[in-house]
Amino acid sequence: MIISIASGKGGTGKTTVAANLAVSLEKPVRLLDCDVEEPNLHLFLAPENGEIETIKTLVPEILEDKCTFCGKCETLCQFKAIAIIKGTAAMTFPELCHSCGGCFKVCPENAIMASYRELGTTTRGHHQDIELIYGRLRVGEAMAPPLIKKVKSYAALDSINIIDSPPGTSCPVIASMSDSDFVILVTEPTPFGLHDLTLAVGAVRMLHIPFGLVINRSDIGNQDVKDYAASIGMPVLMEIPFDRQIAEATTNGKLMARELPGYRENFLTIFEQIKNIV
Amino acid sequence: MKIAVTSNGNDLSAQVDPRFGRCDHFIVIDPHTMAFDVLDNKQSLDLPQGAGIQAGKTVANANVDVLITGNCGPKAYMVLERAGITIFTGASGSITENIERFKKGELHAAKSANVNGHWM
Repeated sequence: MIISIASGKGGTGKTTVAANLAVSLEKPVRLLDCDVEEPNLHLFLAPENGEIETIKTLVPEILEDKCTFCGKCETLCQFKAIAIIKGTAAMTFPELCHSCGGCFKVCPENAIMASYRELGTTTRGHHQDIELIYGRLRVGEAMAPPLIKKVKSYAALDSINIIDSPPGTSCPVIASMSDSDFVILVTEPTPFGLHDLTLAVGAVRMLHIPFGLVINRSDIGNQDVKDYAASIGMPVLMEIPFDRQIAEATTNGKLMARELPGYRENFLTIFEQIKNIV
Repeated sequence: MKIAVTSNGNDLSAQVDPRFGRCDHFIVIDPHTMAFDVLDNKQSLDLPQGAGIQAGKTVANANVDVLITGNCGPKAYMVLERAGITIFTGASGSITENIERFKKGELHAAKSANVNGHWM
């Protein structure tokens, strides 16, 4: 089973929910941190002996001595990653390439050679009985989805997989959530939280994935988030209060499910509800 | 010799468009006769990315020797350099003014892009 944690708005508590859920559940559990632009699950659940792998993506390199400058690859490329100049020179712009591989296929001269652009790294390791895999995008790299897909490829069939998504509703979020069995949306009960929650609900619905809500800092703000959840039939899986003890534990890199009584049971209840829905 | 100038209008009294990749038009001028053609830059303007590359190709395919513009980013610069075009950045004022300055040797050729790329 794959459960994604997403939010719309940033800073609502996705990582808090992902980490606490992971330590609460019966093992085996895999945690996949797909927020590759700012991974942070490892701050709570540091893996021992993390194995780091550099991840690359396929880009074309044109062999100009074989190239006839016919322009077929240039016409095919939707991202301007190939430019044929005045029928006498061929240039590639690897940073614009989306690695579709089309240019290799249309070249009649076999003049395109496989080259690679570095996307970033994945780190794999164990924190006690939890397997943690996280991606880290190379500084300067603009495309997160290929690295996110690589992190997701470590999801295991015989395990519960928890994906910590990036915030927002753009391509990296869609890449993280798609293929999940369930999405937990995390929000805070504020107008801003509600606004971005409605965007996230729109995105999850387009992917046809069942979803439920965790309301963090649930005793601040107003009733609007709960009214909205009720109006669209979104189950509220858990409410986490705005509690000094939780804040102190989190600030010290500790988890409420381990430190504070009752929370592990609450996170287990989330999972029981999810099992009943999917 | 042919000189391309990025322009916000379609005659010699128009102002230099400071943008290269997403300029309105290119005015392609023979500096001896001051005869000119206007090239549309719509192909680049419609692109979500790679406008500088496309604009560089448009200018290269017009067989120009010299480009006068305001700003030129790294990818556009690579295309123009590969096409053997001499690039003058930092231009402002009317097209005519800039051609006169070029003829008097008052412009200095760029040795690199003078602005960063967009997005990536």
